[in-house]
Amino acid sequence: MGLLTAGIVKNNPTFVLVLGMCPTLATTTSALNGMGMGLATLAVLVLSNMLIAAFAPLIPDKVRIPSYIVLIATLVTVVQLFMQAYTPALYESLGIFIPLIVVNCIILGRAEAFANKHGVFESLLDGLGVGLGFTISLTVLGLIREILGNLSVFGVKFSGGDGILVFVLAPGAFLVLGCLMALFNKLSEKK
Amino acid sequence: MEYIIILISAVFVNNIVLSQFLGVCPFLGVSKKVSTAVGMSGAVCFVMALSTLVTYLIQYYVLLPLNIEFMQTIAFILVIAALVQMVEIILKKISPSLYQALGIFLPLITTNCAVLGVALMVVQKDFTFCGASHMLNLGESVVFAVASAIGYGVAIILFAGMREQIATSNVPKAFKGTPIALVTAGILALAFMGFSGLV
Repeated sequence: MGLLTAGIVKNNPTFVLVLGMCPTLATTTSALNGMGMGLATLAVLVLSNMLIAAFAPLIPDKVRIPSYIVLIATLVTVVQLFMQAYTPALYESLGIFIPLIVVNCIILGRAEAFANKHGVFESLLDGLGVGLGFTISLTVLGLIREILGNLSVFGVKFSGGDGILVFVLAPGAFLVLGCLMALFNKLSEKK
Repeated sequence: MEYIIILISAVFVNNIVLSQFLGVCPFLGVSKKVSTAVGMSGAVCFVMALSTLVTYLIQYYVLLPLNIEFMQTIAFILVIAALVQMVEIILKKISPSLYQALGIFLPLITTNCAVLGVALMVVQKDFTFCGASHMLNLGESVVFAVASAIGYGVAIILFAGMREQIATSNVPKAFKGTPIALVTAGILALAFMGFSGLV
């Protein structure tokens, strides 16, 4: 249980470890997109953590990073084909960032820091925790940007008129994430 | 003319970091000093041009004829990883001084999503460019890669200059470190939005 919650708060990949910034900033134009990206990463992370935990004793130490990358790239391709088939709209809107999950430092980071030293089940929990932390952060970030920029929540408009467009554009991503991170620091400092 | 438009568009209008969000991790990570930012952008430029050239050829002469486009992600990341390793070895032999300058940044580049991102972008069938979409040829792809790398350099060096100033100023405690850097990047991105509509 501790493994699961550590990834969500104490080791939150976005706000504490500051990993995987590219998809965090790029795909959070709406809460749904953010959540989709988070879940795709979660799936790859859980599978890669489990596989790496299982294969770690077999992989020679010197070639471990290339082996992990090939393994991760294979899983990403699987998830990519899966999304193309079942969620074509999400696949279109996330675009290039789905293949880019391969170079998301969270995944290789967990493989190196956790999965290759622990068992399959523990790695599964760790992947689930970190993946959930990532998904929650992305959803929250997407939600805030969507509310400010588009006056809607999960695609449903709650008010007429236009939002502050800049929040769904590039600068808004940096500004909102910066402010959220500061808020996270403030809150965790008080504890 | 075509090449100049690609250049301006990739450096300013569609800046790879500030409007496409590729390569943000090293953008935040190695931008504390101007000198390291210069080293990093040099290394990125080198690898990005070379890897785009190679992955372009692989896409059109290996993956497409064999009908194994789904292997794209795996093939590209392997090419980039191998290339980075090779560049490192060659540089060490030929130009030790350049190796000294770029050395520590080279391994970091494998996980720089800007390199894989650009390689994937140029082989997309619907590469949108100035509103019209068309497929890039080899020359245009390499120009696009170099221009993206220059855009990366411009952004990271400007940003490093700003962060050097921020380091000496009084920032609220909760904003120290990454949060203030992100807000600064946001303002820089706002400034770059002024270029939209240029081409």
